[in-house]
Amino acid sequence: MSGAKTDRINIEGGAQAAPPQRQKIDWGWLGVLPFFIFAIMFLFLPSASIFIRSFESNDGGFTFQNILTLFQERDIINAYKTSLSISLMTAIGGGIFGFLLAYSIIMGGLPRQIRTFLMTFSGVASNFAGVPLAFAFVATMGNAGLVTRWIEAILKIDIHQAGFTIYNIGGLSIVYMYFQFPLMVLVMAPALDGLRREWKEACENLGGSEYHYWRYVALPILMPTLLGTMILLFGNAFGAYATAYAFTGSFINLVTIVIGAQIQGDVLYNPGLGNAMALGMIVIMSIVMMIYIQSQRRAARWLR
Amino acid sequence: MRRVNIFAWIILLLGVLYFFLPLFSTLEFSLRMVKGHYTFEAYRVAFEDPKFYQNFGYSLLWAVSTIIISLLLVVPTAYWVHWRLQRLRPVVEFITLMPFVVPAVVLTFGLIRLYGSPPLTLTGSPVLLIAGYVVLSFPYMFRSVDSGLRAIDVRTLTEAALSMGAGWGTIISKVIFPNLRVAILSGVFLTFAIVMGEFTFASLLAWPAFGPYMEEIGSMRAYTPQALSVVSFLLTWASIGLFQYIGRGAPGQEQVAGAH
Repeated sequence: MSGAKTDRINIEGGAQAAPPQRQKIDWGWLGVLPFFIFAIMFLFLPSASIFIRSFESNDGGFTFQNILTLFQERDIINAYKTSLSISLMTAIGGGIFGFLLAYSIIMGGLPRQIRTFLMTFSGVASNFAGVPLAFAFVATMGNAGLVTRWIEAILKIDIHQAGFTIYNIGGLSIVYMYFQFPLMVLVMAPALDGLRREWKEACENLGGSEYHYWRYVALPILMPTLLGTMILLFGNAFGAYATAYAFTGSFINLVTIVIGAQIQGDVLYNPGLGNAMALGMIVIMSIVMMIYIQSQRRAARWLR
Repeated sequence: MRRVNIFAWIILLLGVLYFFLPLFSTLEFSLRMVKGHYTFEAYRVAFEDPKFYQNFGYSLLWAVSTIIISLLLVVPTAYWVHWRLQRLRPVVEFITLMPFVVPAVVLTFGLIRLYGSPPLTLTGSPVLLIAGYVVLSFPYMFRSVDSGLRAIDVRTLTEAALSMGAGWGTIISKVIFPNLRVAILSGVFLTFAIVMGEFTFASLLAWPAFGPYMEEIGSMRAYTPQALSVVSFLLTWASIGLFQYIGRGAPGQEQVAGAH
């Protein structure tokens, strides 16, 4: 019997050895089932419940009032304004400085070891966030911080006495920048590395200057990556909670801080409103993600 | 590019200053507990607290559980997506990027509202905490494993093993896993770094962990919080350092973002 089978395979070339009836039932989806069940339970259902309950009034009926209140209540508008402005500031600031540092690392003719070290360090710094980061900046620029004391010793000014404080949006932005710009370095460095020498040579052969190269070749190619990463930084800052909480407590009313307070007790006196605030964050983050994915697609055209 | 050297060095100097000044300040601050001397007193105080070990232990437990569950969910899924179900790839990728769309605070909010009351009450057990951490680990774990799988020819390896009569156990343990070891370890170290210092989930779901402990000490004491920061930074440094050391030369190991 086995001889007959071997003959058949030899005749057919040996490729179609698998019996066809076994392929009819594809058990392949079983391997991915736990992942999808998990995602549905702990990602989609919670998100969906936030969505549904945003339209729920206190007595359980349907209402648009929660969404409307988002645009009416001064505290909530201010929370969104604060969150958006700090995200925008640190995205642009971190983006520009991160780009310059990536440029220096890749194209500045720096020694190779510095480059490796800075890239590794950027990886660490972009993940060094939350509570320890807040403490680090208290030790740096707080009332008894090292920089504060240096300024006092050198310039004889007590900056905190003079009304300076780091416990405001400006101070928090400086803290956020610590994890923002390393992320920019991490993404931009490979992108800058991907600029081909031929493009620059082609530009030079056509009589283009350094300015022309950057204005008409390099920056247009890098622009999707540049903007996409800045969008990512924006979302990164917008969703941040731990760093802000540990740094200022509840002084700065970020959206995340208000939602956090809402979890610990009903500070808005309206559970539906808390859901609406959370929904607002999801909507903004979805827009951020969509722009990011779009920019990634564009970037992939030239850089790989 | 010799012309731009000075500019590059100035930017580098600024960058290094910005990187290291807070770290140096933290270290200096942590040594100042005894007036007039630099001592390790703050560290002694920090390490003397039994709650330090308790909370650190809890964080270790959360980290290990998260890593195990995340691996069990992500590795088979990534493998199947490469081997059979390539159509599902965009969907899986989208799910692993969800933590960026739904920030930790928002997810916690949703989880508590959904599972805080019957029919399914989970707030009494650490299920929600681990689930949150696993979600948080998805982007890192999936990216690591995915790029690892992309580097090997999953289809050929699997078919070769199958045609030589290997069972699924053998294929996973003797063929796929050894080839993925580096990728998996990368994901593990990143996840470890993230979970060990995580604050948002643990604090809002009210479970003991190193992050909330640090925050609590920060509101109670001076100098010890900075000592804990140094410990935490060294931990992050070690994990990420190992991750980058292991991932040298492996493609696609860039990170997307951390948990803040």
